[in-house]
Amino acid sequence: MEVLTILIPVSLILGLLGLGAFIWTLRKGMYDDPDGDSQRILTDEYDDKPKPVEKPE
Amino acid sequence: MTTVRASACPACAAAPAAESLAKADLPKARVLLSVPEVHCAACISTIERDLARMPGVNSSRLNLTLKRLSVDAEHDVQPADVIARLDALGYEAHELDAGTLSMTETERQGRELLMRLGVAGFAMMNIMLLSVAVWSGAEGPTRDLFHLISAVIAIPTVAFAGQPFFRNAWKAMRAGRMDMDAPISFAIILTLGISIFETLQSGAHAYFDSVVMLIFFLLAGRYLDFRARAVARSAAQELAALEVPRAIRLDGGAEATVNVAELVAGDLVLVRPGGRMPVDGVVVSGQSELDRALLTGETLPVFAGDGTMVSAGEVNLTGPLTVRVTASGKDSSLHRMADLVANAESARTKYTSLADRAARAYAPTIPILALGAFVVWMYLTGGDLRTSINVAVTTLIITCPCALGLAVPAVVTAASGKLFRKGLLIKDGTALERLAEVDTVVFDKTGTLTLGTPAPTNLDTVPDDARRVALALAEASGHPLAASLAKGLRDLGLRPAPVSELTEVPGYGVEGQWHGVRVRLGRPAWVGAQAVESTAAYLSLGQATHAFTFTDQLRPGAERVVDMLHQQGKQVWLVSGDVPAAVQALADRLGIKHWHAEALPQDKAAKVGALQDAGAKVLMVGDGLNDTVALSAAHVSISPATALDAARAASDMVMLGRDIGPIADALRMSGQATRRIKENFWQSGIYNAIFVPVALVGLATPLIAAAIMSLSSIVVTLNALRLK
Repeated sequence: MEVLTILIPVSLILGLLGLGAFIWTLRKGMYDDPDGDSQRILTDEYDDKPKPVEKPE
Repeated sequence: MTTVRASACPACAAAPAAESLAKADLPKARVLLSVPEVHCAACISTIERDLARMPGVNSSRLNLTLKRLSVDAEHDVQPADVIARLDALGYEAHELDAGTLSMTETERQGRELLMRLGVAGFAMMNIMLLSVAVWSGAEGPTRDLFHLISAVIAIPTVAFAGQPFFRNAWKAMRAGRMDMDAPISFAIILTLGISIFETLQSGAHAYFDSVVMLIFFLLAGRYLDFRARAVARSAAQELAALEVPRAIRLDGGAEATVNVAELVAGDLVLVRPGGRMPVDGVVVSGQSELDRALLTGETLPVFAGDGTMVSAGEVNLTGPLTVRVTASGKDSSLHRMADLVANAESARTKYTSLADRAARAYAPTIPILALGAFVVWMYLTGGDLRTSINVAVTTLIITCPCALGLAVPAVVTAASGKLFRKGLLIKDGTALERLAEVDTVVFDKTGTLTLGTPAPTNLDTVPDDARRVALALAEASGHPLAASLAKGLRDLGLRPAPVSELTEVPGYGVEGQWHGVRVRLGRPAWVGAQAVESTAAYLSLGQATHAFTFTDQLRPGAERVVDMLHQQGKQVWLVSGDVPAAVQALADRLGIKHWHAEALPQDKAAKVGALQDAGAKVLMVGDGLNDTVALSAAHVSISPATALDAARAASDMVMLGRDIGPIADALRMSGQATRRIKENFWQSGIYNAIFVPVALVGLATPLIAAAIMSLSSIVVTLNALRLK
């Protein structure tokens, strides 16, 4: 059962990391244009790095 | 000298600085355009790549979800330039007034909901991880530890993610109302409290997972609901912002572009050919023809010269007109029409949505059942408070309407997404439900069943010479009849005859010289021809005259939609402001039995009212200003995107494409959607009927609560996706 002392913090930290990543994507406006994003994948522009997203004012 | 220098130098040093400061202060023009036709990856790259090459444009981004292009450019780039550039690429674009689009507010709300949904989701996963251990048999201190950790995650999550429910419930309670959020908040807080108490007492059951799951699923429903509405709202706002109301005012010979709201009676306004009358007024100089179709439904343009009264909304066709404003703003005929609309809308009976009806019936039963369970168990156990409260809480969490919260939004989202792809935009959340009840459809003629653009009918009966002369003359004019004639003749493979000295006489027609003969194309009296019954343009070649007759073009899909409506057993009416002959011709062509011509706006509304008084549920489809009253009086209404903004504002749905066919699909889809919604209600009802007794007898465990909650939510969502 000692393994729990490691596993529980690990699961909590992983969860927090996931939440942090989600908040980051939300802040970056990655859910603003789902249709466009699914189409942009098909062009070969911006293959090395994504096109900068305009900041909402 | 030194003092002069001292004072001059800072000035000259400051000047460029001030200049650059002023430049920096000038906001970079953010041009917002609506581009309704974009749909694919190629559209995105074509537009963005082309605009990147446009001088003055820093960057541009096309949002495919909202079909909106935002261009970040230097301030000397005009929206019209970008529109022209897009036009050359083959994309229709409209300027959006960034001011009327309160996008940031909508976006902020959406992000906030999504953030809460995300927090609830991650918390749910982590708690579930711990709960699985408890369900699979963790005992004693391990179980207590797991419950404790769950509590530590659940408490802040509920405090953050549950806020929308608490806020609504508080608002409703203060107003003395009972809505769905009150029992939900009650259940969340009570269950959380009891779970904490049980954890501290080393109890066997804690419902942290259920509480967070409940919040997660309910937020998912809210978010779907919000998204469907946000897309419709932003598109509706875009439509409203399409016409940025400006007018050209003549100030002692100088032209100034001003806001229509700034015009006062007595001002002189210049209206160029192709422009729309911004105000009511009298023509003081210039001759032209006016298209009144949107106001009256007449297809034929009327002559306008000195002293002609014009109304706001009419379109100037051939020559520039100077108009003295007689009424603007509140006094104009447009505004009077708006008043009529407001009256009709207040008369429209308030529709109670299915979700509201379900909530009203269901909301009180939740606390009543829980309270009943508590009282009975107190009696049975002889006052065992802990057991009784536990049973009450289980009942509460099981009856909580997770699936009910998803039942309507899931279906509406699926249906409106499908209809949006077909080119129909749902502005009002309950429009689908109302559409499902429709048994009578009333169509307007001009611009709704027809495109409002004439097509020539007798080109092959006119001799070749005359046709080639007509082509040369027609191409010199911007009049819609001339444009359509020219296109028809070109399509026949004809080439224009050598006509010289082409001049357009605004309000009358075009004339020129052909082999030394004067040739004219235009109005019958001016040309010297006998007028014929139908819409026509007249040609004179010296003494000989010819008449080119026209008929209004059917909107694509018009025949199909009328057929399908008849097949669906709906009654179809055609009500138009046009002359009886034209209306009857169209009615016969489409097989519409009931028609009504020369209807004034009030007549249209009265017709709709009479049908509804007789018990019919009327769907009104119209585009003109003369339809707006009828649109707002009908049970549900649709207008094409080309309609005047007043008409679009009055309707529940807007048809984005040229094809009218989607209306039949919408009717079919609405029936299906309403069926799915009702099925969903039944489904969640059945789940409750099965599991509430289990909870009442005290057999429910947190595992059962979590399982039925997710199961019923998933079933409801899948059922919504069955829409075709």
